[in-house]
Amino acid sequence: MADKKNSPVNVNRRTALKTLAAGAGGVAASGLLPGLGGYSQVHSAEPIKIGFQVHRTGIGAAYGRWYDRTTQACVEKINAAGGINGRMIEIVAEDDGTDPKRGAEVVEKFASQHNCDVSFGTLFSHVVYGSAPRAGELKMPYFVVSEGHHVASGALNRYTLQPGITDVKSQVEAMAPFISENLGKKVTMIFPDFAFGHDHRDYFSAAFEARGGTILEKIAIPPTETSFTKYFPKIPRDTEVIYHVMVGPAVLTFVKEMGEFFGPSKPEIFGFIDSLEAVDIASPGLEFLDGTYFWEGNPRYAQEEQSEFDTAYREAVGVDENGASVSDAKDVSTYAHMFGCWETLHIIKRGMEAADYKGPADRTKLIEAVEAMSDMPHSFEHPQGAKLFNGKTHQTFGHQYISKVTDGKLVLAHTTSIEDTLYEDEVDYTAQSF
Amino acid sequence: MEFGPHFFLASLEGAVNAAVLALMAVGLSIVFGIMRVVNVAHGEFFMLGAVIAWWISSLVGGHPAIGFVLALLAAPLIVGAIAVAADHFVLRRINYDPERTIVATIGLLYVIQQTTLMTFGPEARPVEAPFNTRLALPWFEKTADGFSMYWPWGLSTTSYKLAVIAAAVVILIALWLFMTRTKIGLIMRATQLDREMALTHGIPVDRVYAMVFGLGAGIAALAAVLIVPIQQAHYLMGGDPLLLSFIVVIIGGLGSIPGTIIAALLIGMSDGIISVFFSPTVAKIIATLLVAFVLIFRPQGLLGKRIA
Repeated sequence: MADKKNSPVNVNRRTALKTLAAGAGGVAASGLLPGLGGYSQVHSAEPIKIGFQVHRTGIGAAYGRWYDRTTQACVEKINAAGGINGRMIEIVAEDDGTDPKRGAEVVEKFASQHNCDVSFGTLFSHVVYGSAPRAGELKMPYFVVSEGHHVASGALNRYTLQPGITDVKSQVEAMAPFISENLGKKVTMIFPDFAFGHDHRDYFSAAFEARGGTILEKIAIPPTETSFTKYFPKIPRDTEVIYHVMVGPAVLTFVKEMGEFFGPSKPEIFGFIDSLEAVDIASPGLEFLDGTYFWEGNPRYAQEEQSEFDTAYREAVGVDENGASVSDAKDVSTYAHMFGCWETLHIIKRGMEAADYKGPADRTKLIEAVEAMSDMPHSFEHPQGAKLFNGKTHQTFGHQYISKVTDGKLVLAHTTSIEDTLYEDEVDYTAQSF
Repeated sequence: MEFGPHFFLASLEGAVNAAVLALMAVGLSIVFGIMRVVNVAHGEFFMLGAVIAWWISSLVGGHPAIGFVLALLAAPLIVGAIAVAADHFVLRRINYDPERTIVATIGLLYVIQQTTLMTFGPEARPVEAPFNTRLALPWFEKTADGFSMYWPWGLSTTSYKLAVIAAAVVILIALWLFMTRTKIGLIMRATQLDREMALTHGIPVDRVYAMVFGLGAGIAALAAVLIVPIQQAHYLMGGDPLLLSFIVVIIGGLGSIPGTIIAALLIGMSDGIISVFFSPTVAKIIATLLVAFVLIFRPQGLLGKRIA
C-alpha cells in the first residue's frame, strides 16, 4: 500500500482524518470538558459560584440528568427573585462519571480551578465517600444529595452536610412497621451489593426483626449485573414478602425477570422506587406489579391531594403529572430523589443569608448557620414535605411515602410521620473543629 | 429451591448467555482470524445494534413484532455499514498495523460510545419482545412408586428466551455454511491463510477486509437485537460482552469458529451456573484463570492452529 502514498486517495485520507479529528474534538469539547465554558461568562456583579458535581456519565447518568434539570430550574427561580444577598448564583457543573476517584478530583477542581464558594450535588454513595475527605481537606462545604447513611453515621466530616434529602437508615426503619403490619412477617431481601444496598440490608433487617419479623434470606446482586433470573431461586418458598431495591441501568430487567420468575404465584412485593427510577411503571412486562407497594421519596404521579408546592415545583422543573418530562412522555424523571437538589439549594441560600456570606472566608460561618437550622416547613422551598434537620449529625429527616401500584400508576397509600424516621444520634459534628 | 430444578434453571439462563456470547465472539474471531485486527470497538458495535433496535422499534408503531423484525434486518446492515466505513477511513489508512489498529479501535470505541451518550442519552431503554409467554417447566422426583412429575415454584423460562437460543444456533449454522460452502467464504479463508498469496491470485484483499469487518460488526449487532428485549439498550452495555468475548476467543483459539463456539458454551454456561451456586465474582475469576491456563499450556487455544 506504500505506493499509494502520492495518489489522490491520500487527499481523501487527509480530509477524512480532519473530519474525524474535528468530530473527536467536538466530542471532547462538549462531553469531556464541560467546565471550560464557564470562563467565557463575565458578570458585572461577582456571582456566588456553586460547584455542581453531577453524574453525567456512568451508571448514575439518568439520575444526573434530572439532578441537573432540577438544579438549573431552581437556580433560575432563585436568581429571578434576586439571587443570594443580591448576588446571582452561577452553577459550575462537572461530570464525576459516577466514579469515586473522579469525584474527588472534581471537588479539587471546584476549589482550586473554579474558585467555587461551595460544592453540591451527587447521588451515588461511593462517590460521596470518595469525595468527602477531599472536601474536608480543602475546607470546602460539600452539600450532598445522596440518601446514604454515611453522613449521619459519623464517617465523614464537618464540611459534609446532607440537609435536603433523608437517609436510607431513616427511610427503611420507617418502612418496617408498614410491612410487618400490612404485608407479612417473613421477608426475603434483594439489594445491590455495595454500600447503599448494605445500608438497606443492615438497618431494615434490624428494624424488622425488632418488630418480631424474620428475614429469611438476604440476596446481594452486583450493581453491574444484567441478568437476574439466576438469583431468584435463592428465594425461600415460605417467603411472604419480597423486599427489593436495585440500582443501575438494568433495573427494568430486574423487575421484569422477577415477574417472570414468580408467574401467577407471587408473594407480596414491597420495593424501593430506586428499582424503577427513571423507568415507566407502565412498561410492558411490569403488569404483575399491580397491587404491589413502593417506597417513594416523593410521589412521582401527581396525587389527588397534590400540594400547591408540588404543583409549582413540578412546573418549574418541567415534569408532567405522570412524572415524565413535559417535552417527552418517555423521559421519566427520578422524581423520588431529585427534589433534594431543589431543597438543598434553598438551604444553601438561607444559610448564606443568615451568615451574611461574603466569600470563601465565611465558609465556616455558613456551615454554622446551616447547623443551627431545625424545622423546615412544607413550602415552595421544600415541596417534598416538612423536614427536621439535625445540626449535630448534619442529616435531615422527613416524611416518607408508600404508594400502591394501581392501574399502572403509583397511588399514595400511606405517609409516615417524621417521628417514625428518627433514630439516635451517632455523631456530633459540631464538636469537631473546622 | 431444590438442587435439581435450581440447576436446570441456571443452565437455561446460562444457555441464553452462551448463545449471545457465541455470536458476539464469532464476530470478533473472524475479524481477528482474517484481518489480524484486535477489534476493541467490537462491544460498541454490539451496543449500536441494541440502540438501533430501540430506535427502529420506537419509530414503527403497531404490533411489537413488526418493529422487532425490521430491527433484526436493518440493525446489522446499518452497523455493518458503519464498520465498513470505519475500515475504509481508519483501519486501511494505518495499513492494518497490529499495534496501531488496537489504538485506533480504542479511539473508535470512545467515539461511538460518547456519540451514543450525546444522542441516545444515558437511560436504559426497553424494546418489547415480539412474543413473550412465561413457560412453567416440570421437574421429576423419585417417589416410592417410581418417578413422578411436578411443577416446582419459580422453575420457568419464557418463549422468547428459547427463541434466542434457537436463533443463535440457526445463525451460527448459516455462518458456517457461508464460510465453508460459498465462494465468498472460500475467498475469505484464502485471505486468512495467506494474504500475499491471495493478492497474487487477484483477490481484492482490501474489499475482503472491509466485508469481513462489516460482517463481524453485523453479527455483533444481530446478537444485540436478539438480547435487547431481555436486557434493554444502554450506552455502556458493550463492555462486559467485549471482555467475555476476548476470553472466549482466546480459549477457543484465535480465528477458529468451532473453537470459539465451544468456548462460548463453556464460558456462558459456567458463568450462569457458577454465579448461581457461588458468586458472579467467582465465575469471572474462574474464567480468567482458564484463560491463563490456556495461554500457558495451549497458547493457540483449544482448536486454534499454531502459527509457525
